[in-house]
Amino acid sequence: MTVQMLSIIGAVVAVAVGSISPALAEGRAVAATMEGIARQPEAADSLSRTLFVGLAMIETMAIYCLLVALILLFANPFAR
Amino acid sequence: MNPSPLQTAILFHIGIVPISRTVVTTWGLMAVLSVASWIVTRSFRVDAGGWQAMVETVVAGIEEQIAALLNRDAAPFLPLLGTLFIFLVVANLCGIVPGVTAPTASIETPAALAAIVFLSVHFYGVRIQGVGAYLKGYLRPNPVMLPFNILSELTRTFSLAMRLFGNIMSEEMAVAIIVAMAGLLVPIPFMAFGILVGLVQAYIFSVLATVFIGGGIGAIKK
Repeated sequence: MTVQMLSIIGAVVAVAVGSISPALAEGRAVAATMEGIARQPEAADSLSRTLFVGLAMIETMAIYCLLVALILLFANPFAR
Repeated sequence: MNPSPLQTAILFHIGIVPISRTVVTTWGLMAVLSVASWIVTRSFRVDAGGWQAMVETVVAGIEEQIAALLNRDAAPFLPLLGTLFIFLVVANLCGIVPGVTAPTASIETPAALAAIVFLSVHFYGVRIQGVGAYLKGYLRPNPVMLPFNILSELTRTFSLAMRLFGNIMSEEMAVAIIVAMAGLLVPIPFMAFGILVGLVQAYIFSVLATVFIGGGIGAIKK
């Protein structure tokens, strides 16, 4: 197997595996916020603001995986 | 299309400085935004007309959000954060226009904006808290956390840039791949989704910048 093939497999695995847990975590965060808004509609503004910041933090993990995949595909230090 | 999303096309050189497509688009957006703001704010009256009412709604809305996040007067932060938000909305959405690539879809623009946020955190922190109190903030909750606080300053700036870049770039790339695979009308729902992504990312970037500045001035506990 060449370095290029390994890089492509590595990028696929990075994105596929790395986005499982952020997806589950974002789902749980949104579900909890929905429940909170349903119980207390007057707190919807501050809840959704906090939700966005929290989602951005959770998403960071998935973004790092995307970054690793991009580096493997387009800026691979071993492939040249 | 560009072969690699990590590189940008160089259009021409001024002296030895290469000018990329991203820079030209950013200059164009800056010119459009400046001229539009100048034209709209030129004739403000007490009884607001249509344009003035729209501008006032936008500015008041941004100010209200910042004040709610920071629990204090938003006036010192409004010029930076409001400009950031309006620029990001226009920059993320200008990819819809045929022939224009969103400048936030290449890594330089988000990196530069994140660097501005990184520097302004320290600027506002020192200006509002004073040097001593600001630096003491790095020793909380106890001095053992000092390396982690410094590390988190760097990584959150990095992830701020990467979040914007990754979302906008992957959106453009997805549309390009769908255009290459399927026909004329198929990409339209994805482009509509791209409008939503662009607006949400502009909002998230501005909210995170506000939260970081709030942490720097001690208004938000880290």
